[in-house]
Amino acid sequence: MDAHVAQLQMQYRNYILSLYQQGFLDDQFTELKSLQDDGSPDFVAEVLSLFFDDCVKLVGNMARALDQTGTVDFCQVGANVHQLKGSSSSVGAKRVKGLCINFKELCEAKNYEGCVRCLQQVDIEYKTLKAKLQDMFNLEKQIVQAGGIVPQVDIN
Amino acid sequence: METDQIEEMDVEVLSSMWPDDVGTQADNQFNVEKPAGDSDTLKEVDIAEKRTMADLKRLPELLNTTDQGSSQLTNLVRQWEYMQDHAVRLLREELKILTRQREEAEAKELKIIEEHNFETEEPENVPVLDETSHLFRRFRQKKRDELVDSKRVVIDEEFDTVAYWKQKALSLEKMLEASTERERRLIEKLNESLKTMESHSAPVEELTQNLKRAEGFLHFILQNAPIVMGHQDKDLRYLFIYNKFPSLREQDILGKTDVEIFHGGGVKESEDFKREVLEKGKASKREITFETELFGSKTFLIYVEPVYNKAREKIGINYMGMEVTDQVRKREKMAKLREDNAVRKAMESELTKTIHITEETMRAKQMLATMSHEIRSPLSGVVGMAEILSTTKLDKEQRQLLNVMISSGDLVLQLINDILDLSKVESGVMKLEATKFRPREVVKHVLQTAAASLKKDLTLEGNIADEVPILVVGDVLRIRQILTNLISNAIKFTHRGKVGIKLKVISEPSFASDKEQNETSVWICCDVYDTGIGIPENALPCLFKKYMQASADHARKYGGTGLGLAICKQLVELMGGQLTVTSQVNLGSTFTFILPYKVATSDDHSDDQDEFSDMVDHHQPEPDDTTEGYFQFKALLGSIYSTAMLTSPIKLINGSVADPSNSSGQSQTVQVENGGYMDESESAHQYGNGNGHRCSSKESESCSSSQASSEMESELTVSSPREEEKTETEVKETSQQPKILLVEDNKINIMVAKSMMKQLGYTMDIANNGVEAINAVKDTSYDLVLMDVCMPVMDGLKATRLIRSYEESGNWDAAIEAGVDIKTSESEQGCERSTDRLPIVAMTANTLAESSEECYANGMDSFISKPVTLQKLKECLQQYLQ
Repeated sequence: MDAHVAQLQMQYRNYILSLYQQGFLDDQFTELKSLQDDGSPDFVAEVLSLFFDDCVKLVGNMARALDQTGTVDFCQVGANVHQLKGSSSSVGAKRVKGLCINFKELCEAKNYEGCVRCLQQVDIEYKTLKAKLQDMFNLEKQIVQAGGIVPQVDIN
Repeated sequence: METDQIEEMDVEVLSSMWPDDVGTQADNQFNVEKPAGDSDTLKEVDIAEKRTMADLKRLPELLNTTDQGSSQLTNLVRQWEYMQDHAVRLLREELKILTRQREEAEAKELKIIEEHNFETEEPENVPVLDETSHLFRRFRQKKRDELVDSKRVVIDEEFDTVAYWKQKALSLEKMLEASTERERRLIEKLNESLKTMESHSAPVEELTQNLKRAEGFLHFILQNAPIVMGHQDKDLRYLFIYNKFPSLREQDILGKTDVEIFHGGGVKESEDFKREVLEKGKASKREITFETELFGSKTFLIYVEPVYNKAREKIGINYMGMEVTDQVRKREKMAKLREDNAVRKAMESELTKTIHITEETMRAKQMLATMSHEIRSPLSGVVGMAEILSTTKLDKEQRQLLNVMISSGDLVLQLINDILDLSKVESGVMKLEATKFRPREVVKHVLQTAAASLKKDLTLEGNIADEVPILVVGDVLRIRQILTNLISNAIKFTHRGKVGIKLKVISEPSFASDKEQNETSVWICCDVYDTGIGIPENALPCLFKKYMQASADHARKYGGTGLGLAICKQLVELMGGQLTVTSQVNLGSTFTFILPYKVATSDDHSDDQDEFSDMVDHHQPEPDDTTEGYFQFKALLGSIYSTAMLTSPIKLINGSVADPSNSSGQSQTVQVENGGYMDESESAHQYGNGNGHRCSSKESESCSSSQASSEMESELTVSSPREEEKTETEVKETSQQPKILLVEDNKINIMVAKSMMKQLGYTMDIANNGVEAINAVKDTSYDLVLMDVCMPVMDGLKATRLIRSYEESGNWDAAIEAGVDIKTSESEQGCERSTDRLPIVAMTANTLAESSEECYANGMDSFISKPVTLQKLKECLQQYLQ
C-alpha cells in the first residue's frame, strides 16, 4: 500500500515537474498552491475551473469578434485578450500568458491574420493545459484515496 | 646694281629663315622677330667663356648617326636648296627684263632704220634681226617718226642737204653702235653671272654662318640660365656638356661618367635615373638634390631623353638640368608650413574634443555618484525589510529565496558603496581622518574577519616586524578598508595554501614629497600575499583600472565588481603612499602598499581615544595582544557570509546549512551555538572565533556591534532580532482589521488576491472598476487601496486622479464632471472626509502602457507588479498599514 502511494507520489512529482519544465506553468502556480490550506482545500481547483470557464468565454468572444465580416473590432478583441492575460498570469498558466502577450501586440497592430492564428493557438493551449491539469487533479485524488498526502513539489 | 639687290634679298631670306633651323621642328620657341638687329647685338654680346665642351671628333659623327643630327643637316640642305631656287628665280626675272630691254632697243633701231629708209633709202640700214617682216618695216618707220624730233637737235648742217643727211646718218650709226655695244655687254654679264652662279654650288659657307648664328643665339639665351645640358653615351660617359658653372676642364668631364666626376649625395641617384631612362627608352623628368663638394647642396630638375641612331638603337641620352634649389626650398617651406598648420588644427580639434569628453565624463561621474546615492537609500530599505522578513516564520523555500534576496541586495549595496567611495576619492571630497591605532590590532582583526567568512581550507597569517610602532596615527578606517579589500581579493583567488599580511618599517621611499617631511613619521610597508592563481603579466597594467578584472573569464568565474583594487589604489595614493603588485602565474601574488604614518606616543592618552584601542580594552584576553607579532587563523567552518561567494547564492545557502567536507567537531559546535540567530542576521558580518579558543560567541557578538559602528563594511545596520520581533508583533497588534479596497476587474485575480489577503490575516472589499472604486472610497474610509491600472469603465489612473482631487478640494466635483454617478448624500461626505492621504498602490502588468512613472504621475504612492505574489502583498501591507 505504502509502495503504491510512494509510486503515485513519485509519479505526481514528476508530472508536476514536467509541467513546469515544459513551460505550462510558472511560479505563480506555486504561489497559488501555497494559498491552498485547510481553510480552503479546493482553492486551486476552484480558481482553475474559474479560469477555464473564463477561457471558454473569452475565446468565444474573440472568435465571434474576429468572425465579423467587414470591420473587426480590434478594441474588443484587445479587451478580451487583456482579461485573459491577467487571468493566465494570475494562475501561472505560462504558455497561455505568453501567447496572450503576443496576441495583444498583434491586436494593437490590427494584424487580422496574426490574431486569428494566435486565437487558434490560445484555444489549443488552454485546452491542453486543462487536460494536463485534469490529469494532475486525478493523480492528487488517487493519492488521497490511497491514503497518502499530496506532496509539496519543490520546483527549484 | 642688280647683284647688290640679289645679295640684299639673300640676307633677308636667311634672316627670316634661320631660327627655324635651330630646332628640328620648323615652328619652335626660338622665333626671333628682328633678326637683322639681333645679329648686330650678338656681336656686341660678350661671350667670355667657352662653356661648351664637345668632343669635336665625336660630335659630327654623332650628328651623322643620330636622328636629331641628320634632321639638322636635312634642314640645312633644305634651306640651301630653297635659297638656290630663289636665286635662280631672281636671275630668270633679270633675264626676262634684259630680253625685254633688248627688244625695245631693237624696235627702236628698226624704227630708226625705217625712218632712215623712208628718207634716204639706205640699204645697209636693213635691220639685222627681223629682215623678213614687212610689218617691222612699218614699225620702224613709225619709230623713226617719233624719234625724228629727238635726233634733230644733234644736226647742225642745213636741212635737206647731203651733208645734213650724212651727218644724220653718222650720228644714227653711232647711236646704233652704242646700243649694240650695250646689248653685247649685257649678254656678257648675264653669261658671267650665270657662270658664277653655277660655280657657287657649295653651301658650306652659308651653313657655317647659320650654325654660328644658332650657336650665338643659344649663347645669348642661355648665358645666364642656370642650366646644364649634355649628351652621354650608353655607358653614360659625357660626350658633350654645356654648363653654366664651369669649374672642371674638358678632360675632367668628357668620356667620364657622373660617378667618376662627382662625389656625394644625389650623384648615384641621377646616374641610376639616367640608366633607367636609357633602359626604358622613355623620356622623363625628376628632381634630384645633389650634395657634392664641388657645388654644395643644389637641387636640379633633370630631364633625360634617350637618343637613338637611325637604326633605332639606343646610343645614349640627352639630358638637361635646371637648378631649382631655391624653388624647392620655398616649396618645402610652404609644405612644412601647411603641414604645421594642419597639425595645429588637428591638435586644436583634438583638444576641444578632449575638453568635451572630460566635461562629459565629469558629468557622467557626478550622475553616477548621485544615482548611486539615490539607489542606496531605497535599497537599504529593501534589504532592511528583507532582514525583518527573515525573522518571521518562513518555510524552507521562502527562507532560501529570502537569503538570495538579502545576499544579492548586500552585493548591490557593496557595489554602490564602492562607486561612491571611488567618486569621492576622485572628486577630492574624501577627507582623511587621523586617529591613533595599533597596526597589530588592525591586521589581527582584518584576518579574523576574513577567517570568519572563510570557506576554503586556507591558512591566514599575519606577521608584523618588531620595529613597527605599537601605536601610529593614520586613517584607520581607510587602511582597514584597503587591507580588507586586498585580503578578500587574495582569498577569492586562492584555493589552497595561505594568505597573509606582513608589516615592516622601511626607509623613506624616493617618491615621498619633501614637504611632508616629519621627523616623527615612519614608513610602513605592508605586503598582502597569497599562494593563489596569480596574475599573468599582461594583465597587470589594467589591474587597478575600474571595472576591470584580469580577464573576462575570471570575472565570470569569481564574480565581483572589479572596483576593489581601483579603490585601494586611489585610497593609498590619497594617503600619500603607493600600491604595487608582483605576481607569478599559479604561484601567487603580492600586493604591497607603502604608507607614511605619524608615530604616536603610547602614553598620550587624550580623550578621543580611538575605537580600536577601545575595542582592545573591551576584550583583552591576553596581555601580549598589543605587541604580538604573529597571528594565524584557519577557516572558520560553517560560516555563512562570504562576499566572494555572493554570485552563486543558492550554493551559498546550501553550503551554509551544512558543509560536509569541512565538518570538524569544533566548527559544528560553533554552528550550533550560533544557530539561534545566525539565520536571521546572515548579512551581519560574523566575527569569527579566530582559533576557536580565543573568542567565544559572546565576544563575537561584541565584535560584530563594534564593527558595525565603525562603518567599515556595509553601511547597512541590522536591527537586533529582538527588535524585529517587536515590530512584527506590533504589526499584528495594530492590525485591528484595517480597511483595504481591491479595485480589480479580473475575477481570477480577485480570487487569488483575496486568498492571499486571507492568508495574511486581512479581509478586503472589492470594486470592479474605477467608478465603483470612487463610490467605495467616498462611502468608506479605507486604509489602503490596491488599484488595478487597466480596467473597463474607468481605469485605475483616472480613478486615482479623481480621488486625489477630492482629497485636495474636499468635493467630488471633478468626479461628477467626469461622469461618475455619485450616489450618497452630500452631508455624509463632510464628516467622513479624512485629511490623511489615502495610500493607493497600483497593480501593473509591467507593460509599457502601465509604466511606474505614469502611476506616480497620477498620484499613486507605489506599485506592485503583476502577478501579485504573497511576498509582494505582504511587503506592501507592511509598508502602508503601520
